[in-house]
Amino acid sequence: MPEFVLTVARFGFLILLWIFVFTVVGVIRRDLFAGVRSKSIVASPRGVGGAVPEGRPAKAKRGKAARQLVVTAGNLAGTRITLGEAPITIGRAEDSTLVITDDFASARHARLVPRDGQWFVEDVGSTNGTYLDRGKVSGPTPVPLGVPIRIGRTSLELRP
Amino acid sequence: MTAPAVPASSPASTGEMARIPGMKTQRNAELGLLAFAMVLVAAYGATVEASRIGEITPTFWVPAALLSVLFLGLHVVVRYTAPYADPVIIPAVALINGLGVGFLRRLDIGDALSEKLPVPGIFAGIGGRQLAWTLISLILAAVLLLVVRDHKVVSRYAYTLGLTGIVLVMIPAVLPASISEVNGAKLWIRLGSFSIQPGEFAKIALVSFFAYYLVRKREVLSLASRRVLGIDFPRGRDLGPVVTVWLLSLLVLVFERDLGTALLYFGLFIVTLYVATERASWLIIGLLLFFGGVYIAYLLGASVGGPFANFYDRAQVWLNPFDSENYERLGGSYQLVQGLLSLGTGGLFGSGPGAGSPRFVPEVQNDFIFAGMGEEIGLFGLSALLVLYLLVVERGLRSALAVRDSFGKLVAGGLSFTLGLQIFVILGGITGLIPLTGQTTPFLSSGGSSLMANWLLIAMLLRISNAARGPAASGGGGTDRPGGGAKKAPAQLHGAMTEVIKP
Repeated sequence: MPEFVLTVARFGFLILLWIFVFTVVGVIRRDLFAGVRSKSIVASPRGVGGAVPEGRPAKAKRGKAARQLVVTAGNLAGTRITLGEAPITIGRAEDSTLVITDDFASARHARLVPRDGQWFVEDVGSTNGTYLDRGKVSGPTPVPLGVPIRIGRTSLELRP
Repeated sequence: MTAPAVPASSPASTGEMARIPGMKTQRNAELGLLAFAMVLVAAYGATVEASRIGEITPTFWVPAALLSVLFLGLHVVVRYTAPYADPVIIPAVALINGLGVGFLRRLDIGDALSEKLPVPGIFAGIGGRQLAWTLISLILAAVLLLVVRDHKVVSRYAYTLGLTGIVLVMIPAVLPASISEVNGAKLWIRLGSFSIQPGEFAKIALVSFFAYYLVRKREVLSLASRRVLGIDFPRGRDLGPVVTVWLLSLLVLVFERDLGTALLYFGLFIVTLYVATERASWLIIGLLLFFGGVYIAYLLGASVGGPFANFYDRAQVWLNPFDSENYERLGGSYQLVQGLLSLGTGGLFGSGPGAGSPRFVPEVQNDFIFAGMGEEIGLFGLSALLVLYLLVVERGLRSALAVRDSFGKLVAGGLSFTLGLQIFVILGGITGLIPLTGQTTPFLSSGGSSLMANWLLIAMLLRISNAARGPAASGGGGTDRPGGGAKKAPAQLHGAMTEVIKP
């Protein structure tokens, strides 16, 4: 093998190696900012079966649909749940969607249910109650974006 | 369970999880990166042959192609059983593993040529053996992904796993040296030509046990404490298990003569404890205990000798590697110095794949593979490899942050930290930062135990990252899954891990 080919191969390999590293970083980067960019693609949660996204007057008025449930305070602060079409159950029971270890939470505490693109919070017989901002939740209550739902020491918010 | 028609509740029956619009699985990105990684492995093989044999043989692509088939198999398994798993973990690890196989084959070619023998076949020598081990490891990883559909199931066997882990760690210590000792470290079980390193597998078992234990105790450990000098110190009785593990790891240090493994287990426990309680005091206590223990072992080795003598020797070698007395002594600093000289010879860009002379370094296929590779791919190549390791660890920690249950958080955090710590321990040993210990370089070193254990670790991380990145419904309802069948357990038993124990 001529010396020239070997030198090209030697440096070419190193360059390829670093290109690979940066491609990996690129994939991670796309992954990190995926939530930000896909803001325009609104896939609103709705009843099971209606999977085709279409413009709805109610949603257009509201502007944005909730796509994530974010824990803002408490043991699980920072946890994000991407909202689908299924209800979210919250409590200390292990089969809850969001298992919270909070002294003031009940085993089955609250439930978030989507209806026509709007999420409703509902207390399912907790001991210490569920609060939407300041008010205690008694029946199914619509949850606006960015308004904290308080369960014991844990706060949750819907985010676009 | 109140949720009707949970989208991702039956991966087994439908074959593939239902996708939520707008949720990206990124499996195609993984496939693309995997293809790129395999091209790199083939390029490495070609360069090695060009500079070692002088021509590129027509079969240079075969090892890369075989590896591609293996990794493709794992990719397909992931596609069906963990579609939301992190896309960069497999390609990054696959590249490191592939380059490891390539380097071992390069050693085979070099050895054969120096003895005027024909170029060995692809399945011959340590390179071929590593290929076979990769196959077995990937099968194990795929089986783990297929069997463990929900990482929370593992918590049910936590105490069994903890006991298994401790037994695995202790086996080499109690076996006679003729069976368990290799190069002064009693870490092995040797049966004829076949040898395994049980401690490698103990890592995963111990992480699962620690995670389970700490999820149950985290409230006690973080709430009941006394404040001294602005740091929260836990109560004396809560320190019990920590002190136990500390003693255990010091016993490992003394009887198995291995600082690295001791540091690994102890660091692992302290960090899971820190993650569980968010108390920096644990890190401080841990570091003080460890360094105090090591220093006492060093002093005892200097004065008493006996079981501590080996540790004292290693510390001497580390402190004065270029001392001629240390260099010429059997089991002295010869290996370390040769490794350092290799890295130095490589310089910034290395001598090129296949153009170095790694055989000057003893054990270059095991502990010192970084030194051997460093000579040929240089600082630039090595740092690329290190960045890949770092990214794998970062993705693991990221999954730990994102996953929704405490057990998963602790397992993912503990496993990725262990991986990172192991790389630190071996690389620190090779470069002379810490005393050299007999750790393997994950995915790179020749040897089945290490490769299998680390691929199992990766499979577990993939499983947890799938739960972390998937839609909400796939995280919950693990026990009520229709495909669960026989695995179904009473919710109370399994739910124990989220119980809060009041102080």
